[in-house]
Amino acid sequence: MKYMMLVVSDPEAADRPADPAVDEVEDWVSRNDASGKRVIGERLRPPESATTVRRRGGELLVTDGPFTESREWIAGFDILECEDLDEAIAIAATHPMVAAGTIELRPFWPFDEA
Amino acid sequence: MTAGGGATGEDVGRALADALAEQRLRIVASLIRTTGDWDLAEDVVSDAAERALLTWPRDGIPANPAAWLTATARRRAIDVLRRGQVERDKLAEVAAIEELTDDHTDPSPMGDDRLRLVFTCCHPALALEARVALTLKVVSGLSTEAIGRAFLTSEATMGQRLLRAKNKITHAGIPYRVPTEDLAERVGGVLAVVYLVFTEGYATSARSLADEAIRLGRLLVTLLPDSDETRALLALMLLQHARRDARVVDGERVTLEHQDRSRWRRDEIDEGSALLRRRWTVRGPYAVQADIAAVHASAPSAEQTDWPAIVALYDELLDIAPSPVIALNRAIAVGMSDGALAGLAALESAAEDSRLAGHYLVAAARGDLLSRAGLHEEALIALEQAIELAPTDQERRQLEQRVAELRGS
Repeated sequence: MKYMMLVVSDPEAADRPADPAVDEVEDWVSRNDASGKRVIGERLRPPESATTVRRRGGELLVTDGPFTESREWIAGFDILECEDLDEAIAIAATHPMVAAGTIELRPFWPFDEA
Repeated sequence: MTAGGGATGEDVGRALADALAEQRLRIVASLIRTTGDWDLAEDVVSDAAERALLTWPRDGIPANPAAWLTATARRRAIDVLRRGQVERDKLAEVAAIEELTDDHTDPSPMGDDRLRLVFTCCHPALALEARVALTLKVVSGLSTEAIGRAFLTSEATMGQRLLRAKNKITHAGIPYRVPTEDLAERVGGVLAVVYLVFTEGYATSARSLADEAIRLGRLLVTLLPDSDETRALLALMLLQHARRDARVVDGERVTLEHQDRSRWRRDEIDEGSALLRRRWTVRGPYAVQADIAAVHASAPSAEQTDWPAIVALYDELLDIAPSPVIALNRAIAVGMSDGALAGLAALESAAEDSRLAGHYLVAAARGDLLSRAGLHEEALIALEQAIELAPTDQERRQLEQRVAELRGS
C-alpha cells in the first residue's frame, strides 16, 4: 500500500525540542531509500513562500500564503510503499521530525477503488 | 437429542447458544482472515444460526452442533463469494477452514485468528470509542442495537461508528495480525478497551457490559497465557464485580463502607484472588488495583480492613501510574489507617493538584474526614460544598443523606 507521509511542523508549540539536523533527516532518507520503502519525498519551503490559487465566479484568485490559518504547516512529505499501516507507522516513528513535529499518514485512494 | 428425530424449541435454543458460544468467534475470525470481508464473516454466521433454528427442530440437533455451524457458515461464505466472482485461490482458502473444535487448537497462541481479530479491533489507529464498539460487535457478537443502548446512542449512530471503523481498517491498511513490535503496549491497548467496557457497565449499572468484559478477559487470559497484566485485569474485574449485589440496593448506590458483605459473591472473590496468587514477571497497575480489591474482599468489615496494606498498595500504584484520583483514594485510606487528621493532611496535599480543582470527591472526602475527626461544623460545610459540585442526582442524594446523619448525631 502507498501512503503519503506528511511531516508537519508547529514552530509555536510549547516545550518543543529543536528541529533535527539536516543530516539526521538525510540518514533517514537513505535508510528508507535503500530498503525500497520510500518512493520519493521532499522538504518544502515554509508558508511564507506559499501561493494559493482559486477560481471563484470565473475569476482567478492568486494570493500569498497557505490556504489555512493554522499555525501548523507541512514541512515536507514522503511517499511510502508499505506492506500495511503498522509498517508505515514503524517507519514514521523513526523520522527525526517525529519528536519536534507531527507526522500524518494518509493512504492513497486509487480512482478504481471505492 | 440426536440426529434423525425432531427436537424441542428449548433444546434447540440451548444447543445453538452453546455452539455459538464455542464457535462463533473462531468462525468469524477465520473468515475475516481468509476473505478480508468483515460483514460477510458476521453475516454468514448469523445466517447459519437462523438456519439451525429452522432445521434443528425438524431434523434433530446434530451430533456436533459447533461443527455443523462452522460447515454451514463456510458453505454460505463460499456461495456468496462465488456469486461475487472471487478468485479461485481465495475460495480454496475458505474451504480449508477447519471445523475447529476444542481438541483442535493452534499450538501457538499467536497463530490464533481470534487473537488477530482482537488486536485488529483494538488497533491504536482507531478512535477509542470505535475500538470499544468494534470489539463488542465482532469479538463479543453483541448486536448494534444492544451496543447503542449500552452507550446511550441510537442504533443508527452506532451502526455509523462501526461502519467508519471497518472502513478505516480497509482503507488505511490496518493489518489483520498479532503485532510483532511493541507487543506489551499493544496488549495494554487491548486491556484498556476491555476495562473501559467493564467500567462503563459499572457506571451505568449495565451488568451485561460488565459480564461481557469479564468474558473478554477470560478469552484474553486463554489467548495470552503469559501476560501478567491480562491475568491481573481479569482478577480485578472479578473482584469488583463480585460486589455487584451489595453495590446497588433499590436503585441507590451503596459505598464500600456500608455494603452488606454477605452479599458479595464468594466464588468470584476466590477465583479473582487465586489469579493473583501466582508469581509476577510484570507487575503493572491492574495487578496493584486487583491487590487492593482483594484486601477489601478478604476484610469482614470496613473497620477490620488491613488499611496499612491498602495505603502501601496505593503508594505502589502512584509510583507506577501517578494520578490525582489515586492520590485522593490514598488519602482516604490514610484516614482509615492512621487517623482522620493524617488523612486530612494527605488529602490537602493531593488536592494541590490542579486537576482535582472543584472536584466534588475532594469536598466529599474532606467532609468525611472532618466528621471522623469530630469537627462536625467544618464537615457540614465541606459536604454542602460537595453537594453543590456533585455531577448527578444519585451522588447528591448520597451526600444529602450523610448531611442528615451528621445533623442527627
